Amino acid sequence: MSKYEKNTAPDVKWQDITLAADVFEGGTSAAIETGDWRTIKPVIDWDKCKQCLLCAPACPDMSIPVMADGKRGDFDYFFCKGCGICANACPFGAITMVK
Amino acid sequence: MAIRERLSGNEAIAFAMKQINPDVMGAFPITPSTEIPQYFAAYVDNGQVDTEFIAVESEHSAMSTCIGAQAAGARAVSATSSCGLCYMTEMLYIAASDRLPITLAVSCRALSGPININNDHSDAMGVRDAGWIMLFAETNQEAYDNFLQAMRIGEAVNLPVMICQDGFITSHAIENIDLVEDDKVKSFVGEWHPEHYLLKKGESMSMGAYATPVYYMETKRSQAQAMIDAKDVIKKVGAEFGEMTGRTYGLIEKYMMDDAEEAIIIIGSSAGTAKEAINELRAQGKKVGMIKVRSFHPFPTEEIVDALKNVKAFATMDKDDSFNGHCGPMHAEVSAALMAAREFGPLGINYIYGLGGRDVKVESIEKVFAELEKIAATGELGETYRYLEVRE
Repeated sequence: MSKYEKNTAPDVKWQDITLAADVFEGGTSAAIETGDWRTIKPVIDWDKCKQCLLCAPACPDMSIPVMADGKRGDFDYFFCKGCGICANACPFGAITMVK
Repeated sequence: MAIRERLSGNEAIAFAMKQINPDVMGAFPITPSTEIPQYFAAYVDNGQVDTEFIAVESEHSAMSTCIGAQAAGARAVSATSSCGLCYMTEMLYIAASDRLPITLAVSCRALSGPININNDHSDAMGVRDAGWIMLFAETNQEAYDNFLQAMRIGEAVNLPVMICQDGFITSHAIENIDLVEDDKVKSFVGEWHPEHYLLKKGESMSMGAYATPVYYMETKRSQAQAMIDAKDVIKKVGAEFGEMTGRTYGLIEKYMMDDAEEAIIIIGSSAGTAKEAINELRAQGKKVGMIKVRSFHPFPTEEIVDALKNVKAFATMDKDDSFNGHCGPMHAEVSAALMAAREFGPLGINYIYGLGGRDVKVESIEKVFAELEKIAATGELGETYRYLEVRE
């Protein structure tokens, strides 16, 4: 991260934000919470999940991480908008949308 | 020694640009500012400047060119009028919010419709919320002087600056003018060394990125502070300019205000006409005065409230209309300034005047003072939203 990291952090005060919110490094979207306006969220029932991985590419964001062992991990709610596409894509009913 | 010349307002702006020798000019012609890029293109062609002149296909692209150049680390200028300024609007907001101190010369002209090429302030006032510093000139001399000060002001607070003059009235009329010597201009304006810019070696950065609701409001609050801070910068640069030339500038100019009981608040070339009217009325023993607003944005709230404190009745003169059913933009600003200062003494009315080149004569201004005299004597405001010199 650059020396301006604190000037672009989500809790930055207006006095400290970079001029014009200029960005001084790549990949900063990883640090920005975009799941904060979600109203419902997907939860996974690991007993029903067969690790078929149909859900992961169906996610329009990057909220279903696929691990080094080739299996999906739990949802990344930092980015998940709660669209429900994954629940619809799952052939085994392993994903349900809850409040 | 200053150089005595006679130049039109447009020529004076082009000459100031030549002396500054900016890095980039992006421009598209439109009456009555066409002469500015026209004269400047000749300077480029003659090798008198080393500016990159980019002839674009629209004003939207002219401002986009300036934004790209200024973001890259260059000094960029442009000129426009009327519908051209409207067409730039989207990019004007980008220039201000990206905090790029571009300098734009505006020769103010009415907006369609009906189609009209003559002067009023509808174009500049229409973009007043875009976030630009806006300075207005009464004379060719002031247009030239304001342009020489623009970069010092804009670069100190990272905001773009609009240097406005009245289309045709000053843009095309030739007046005597004192020009500053080239070397003095160069040392006064100085060089532009931004802390961050896109072509800076060893530093990667992005400008104009998307800001989520988490960031947007802090960014705008920071922008608002720059406009607040600009007030002191304008006064400081105006004073320094005065040390160099003998012509000192502030946010407003007061004319015969010390003991004035009736006053008008006005912008642009009509201030000259108003001074003549005031001279004639003063000769008749009437206590009348004028506040000329040089800096419309940032708005000189304290200065105007202070200047009005002993005034019985005043009229704000708007050379455009907000079509909100009650007043023009400057009257709204003046009224808000008085309200914020809890100053409810002076009785204020608003005149919409000079639209689309309607002549503003000395007698026109005298009519306004005659109305103010009645209001001051009776305490009756009557209609506050009035049109001057309209047939009815």
